[in-house]
Formats: sequence, structure tokens, C-alpha cells
Amino acid sequence: MTEAPLIQLEGITKTFGSGAAAFQALKGVDMTIERGEFVAVMGPSGSGKSTTMNILGCLDVPTGGVFRFRGVEVQKLDRDQRSLLRRRYLGFVFQGFNLLARTTALENVELPLLYRGESKSKRREAAMHALDQVGLVPWADHTPAELSGGQQQRVAIARALVTQPDVLLADEPTGNLDSERSVEIMELLRRLNAEGITILMVTHEEDMAAYAKTIVRFRDGLVERIDRGAKAAEGHPA
Amino acid sequence: MLGTTILLSLREIRRHILRSILTTLGIIIGVAAVVTMVTLGNGVTASVQEEISSLGASNFIIFPVRTTRGTIRPFDDADVRAVSQQIAGVQLAAGSVSARTTAFYNGQDWDTSVEGGTNDLLEAQSIKIEEGRAFTADEVEAGKNVCLLGLKVREAIFPVGSSPLGAQMRLGDVSCEVIGVMEERGQGGGGSDDDDAVFMPLKTVQRRFRGNENLDYFVVKYDAAYSASVIQDSLVALLRERRLLQGEEPNDFNVIDTAQVNQALGAATGALTAMVAVIASISLLVGGIGIMNIMLVSVTERTREIGIRLAIGALAREVRLQFLTEAVVLCALGGLVGIALGFVASFGLAAAIDVPFVFDPVINLVSFLFAAGMGIVFGYYPASRASKLDPIDALRHE
Repeated sequence: MTEAPLIQLEGITKTFGSGAAAFQALKGVDMTIERGEFVAVMGPSGSGKSTTMNILGCLDVPTGGVFRFRGVEVQKLDRDQRSLLRRRYLGFVFQGFNLLARTTALENVELPLLYRGESKSKRREAAMHALDQVGLVPWADHTPAELSGGQQQRVAIARALVTQPDVLLADEPTGNLDSERSVEIMELLRRLNAEGITILMVTHEEDMAAYAKTIVRFRDGLVERIDRGAKAAEGHPA
Repeated sequence: MLGTTILLSLREIRRHILRSILTTLGIIIGVAAVVTMVTLGNGVTASVQEEISSLGASNFIIFPVRTTRGTIRPFDDADVRAVSQQIAGVQLAAGSVSARTTAFYNGQDWDTSVEGGTNDLLEAQSIKIEEGRAFTADEVEAGKNVCLLGLKVREAIFPVGSSPLGAQMRLGDVSCEVIGVMEERGQGGGGSDDDDAVFMPLKTVQRRFRGNENLDYFVVKYDAAYSASVIQDSLVALLRERRLLQGEEPNDFNVIDTAQVNQALGAATGALTAMVAVIASISLLVGGIGIMNIMLVSVTERTREIGIRLAIGALAREVRLQFLTEAVVLCALGGLVGIALGFVASFGLAAAIDVPFVFDPVINLVSFLFAAGMGIVFGYYPASRASKLDPIDALRHE
């Protein structure tokens, strides 16, 4: 590939607190992610995978090191500029779904477009298309309380997709779901990845990680191992 | 974007309808109080001004007062003539007397008062003839039994739709011919109704109802080009001389300048309005603090929502705008309800205390804008707190 990698981490460190209470969550992470990858980030609690995801999601900035996203050094950007990056290029899916309560699926999916200043008709059209991608068009007018967990997570994925982002960041997307629903969600993610979207997913379930093309394993604030291609696909259920 | 934000705010308010109502109560009451008091104040001012103009715009009213010895020395026609002839700037001077009587016509009777005066008095007091004519010089000079009807008297004893002109009516035991009907005059001084009166030549009332040539008071109309105080000084000097008052003796009469009364009443109404404004602004301040409180609660409750919005790319100012809009919409709605309440209250109270209802668009607009402005003032801090939340912490918030 001649163009810059989509995501490049070089010697990323992150320290929380200061002085004696300081805790170094990341101790120098190096990682490169190309367009079109499906990366599963794994590791025990406290290994630094969530901190890394927050940095990759431009929600947090590293204490040290360089984070390039599309060639832009994110650690140099201010809060609002990082918001604009998220708005334009990133989609988020959370473990707890994080949908707005008492707001219909359609309106939840439309939300990111609101901040893009799209017209009402365009919002509606794009949101219906995204709901169609996750197979929830008949549920467009239902609120989260009226939907199952799996359906709620599909709404959340539709919300992340609606802006046609470069990268979808999923933080334990199946953590609150039973195995059948989990498989449904993973199949959906794999299909979306096949359509060209880059996916970064945090999980601690090997079954779910097996859907990814690449598995990055964290331990004690460092990348322990990166398994790519066929090695990552070992034990793949399909 | 702003339109959508306003719609979102309305939905949020509807979700917590009871809380929203209770929160805005301070603003509702404050705005309603301001609108009601200013509207009533305007009504009182209007009715006072009407009363003043019924006294005449630039007039002196002179009447005798009880001396320390307990006696009253009334004025008579000679005093009036002296004033009108000897003081520069006086356009006319006219005496007035009145008496209680009962009017009879066609089997109907009505307790009223009879006022005596000349055409000059009609002019000085700005009384217009609606139907018929004023007195002739001969009628005034000879003290003929002719009369001008006040509207209330006409309504009370004359059949509806027929002209009373030329009718012979009776006042007490005096028979008189109706030659005219006076235009509506409205409320008089001291709560009396100026329309409930019959007007007759001065001499007629003096002779037939009072039995003497005394005056109750007289009115001096002066040229506005002259200094009122200079005229008043010469007036007092002339009357003291005519009444043989020595050096230190106090005046045994009073001179009232209607222009001053007008100013004094205006100042009194203004002071009252200012006092109400102060009370209302306390209510608004308390209301505003309530708004701030509830917005802080709302920001805390919706921390997760804020986290979601920030994560999907909302800018700090967009989150701030959302909460600010919510506070402003809440306050503006409170303002509208307050205005509606104030409208109803002032309409009802104006009728109850018998002053005209004077709708003032300016105060309504100002109080609405003020209420909305309170949203900005008291909503800013909570909104800015919301916008400064860290998205990661906000998303973890339970």
C-alpha cells in the first residue's frame, strides 16, 4: 500500500493520576492497522485494551507517543477537533448499547446525522438505509425498551453505520448478549467488514475474537502478540 | 439544527411535565405579577388622566377651607369676577355649586345631584354637549329653569331611544326643561360619578336649591404660556386682600393646580409600579435559581446521553446549546403562561376595581423576553457543565 496506514500507534503511553498514585496503563504500544481490517483486541482486565480503544476512538489522548489517524497526529488535536474526527470517520458500538431511552430506533440512528447538519429528509433516508443493513426496518418506530438486547445492539450498530464511517469501534459488543444473539451480531460485523468497513473490537471471548482477521493481545500495558490471517482464523466456527 | 434542538427541548419538557411546571412556577408568578400590575397601573393612570382632563388640563381649583376658628367663608360671584378681570393670564374663571336632589320624569325617580354653573364652567371642565345646546346668555343671566342631563340620569328616567330634548322634568320641587345632554365624563374626584348629575345655570341652583349666593368652589383656566406659579401667587395675593387676611394669618382657602395633581398622581403610580417590579424581580430571581437547580439535576440525570452525543461527534458548544435551549424554552414557556395568567388576572381585576383594561404590548413583550433571558442567565452554568463532561466518564456513568 502506498498511502499512509489508516491507524498508526508509535510508542503510545498513558498515565492516569500523578505522583505516588500515578498508574501507567500503557507502557509503549506500537501497532499499525490498515484499511479493511477486522481487529479483535483481547487481554485480561487492566491490560490496557480499553485505554487503547479510547485513544483509538479519539475519546482520549495518549500521555506520550504518536497516534496517526489517516496521517493526522491526533494527540496534537484539541477536544473539538477530535469530536469532528469522530463525527466524520468513526462509529461507536458499546457493550451497554447506549441508546437514548424513550427515543425511537429511527431517531437514535438519525442522531449522528443531526450533528452533521443533514436535512430531515436526508437523515430519514440514511437512517432507514442503516436500519435496513441491520434488518430492523420493521422496528424503526420502537423505543429501546420495546426491543430485545440483540435488537438494541443492532440499532446501535446502525447508528454507528449511518455516517458511513471509515472505522467502527466496538467495545465488547456482545458482552451483554446470549450466545445466539452474539453470533448474530458477529455475523453482521463480519458482513459489514466484507463490505469494506474497518472494524476494531474489544472482546475477552475467544469465540467472538475468532471472527476477526487479526487478534491483538494485550498484557500489562503492552502488546503481547499479534495474530494475523490464518492463525487468527484457527478454531473459527465457520 | 436549532429547530430540531427546540423540538428536542419541548419533548424533554413534556417528559417531565410536572417537574417543568413546578420549576417554572416562580417565573410564571413573577411574569404574571409584572403584567398584571403594570396593566392595572396603566388602567389607574388612564382613569386618573381622564379625571384630570375632566377637571381641565391647566386649571386652578379654588375652594374655601375651615379656619382655626372653625368657620368657612365661601366665595361668591364677586370674587370670581375680580379674579378674571384683575389677573393677567387668566382666560376665564367660573364658579360652581351643587346640591343633592331627586329627578322625576314620567313616573320615574332617581336620586342625583344638581350642579350649577355657566357655559364658562362647562368649557373650563371640558364638558361637551352631545345633544341639544348649551345655555343662552339670557338663561344664565336670569337663572332660567333649563337643564343639561348627565348620561346616567338620562338612562335612569328617560325611555330608551327617545330624545329627552324639550321634555319637562322635575328636580326636587323645581320644574325644568331639558335643553341638552352632556357627553360621557367618567369617574369624578372622590369616587363620584360625573355622569350622574344634572347641570343648570348657576343662579338657578343658588336660588332654588341652595338659597344663597355662595359658591362651593371656582375654577380658573389660565393661558399655558404664562407661568402657573406666577399666576398662583397673584391669585393668592388677590384673594387674601379681598378676604382681609393680615400678614401672618394662614390662608382660609386652598388652590389646587390640576397640572400638579396630574404629576403627583403620575409619580404615585410610578412609585407603586416600581415597588411591584422589585417584588416581581425577587420572584423571578427565585424562579431563575429553581431553573438552574433543575437544569443541574437534568444534566446529571442525562450524563450518559451527553456521553453518547459527545462520542458520536457532538462539539462542546453543541451540547451547551442543547441544554441552554432547553432552559430558554422552559423559561419562555413559563413566560407565555405568566403572560396569559397576567392577562386574565388584570382583565378580571380591572373590572373588579372599575378601571379601564389597558393592554400594553410593550410590557408583555418585555416580560416575555426577560423570562427567556433568565433561561440564558440561569441555564448557562448547567449547560456549560454538561459541555465540559469527559465523554469516557460520561459513558460509564450509571
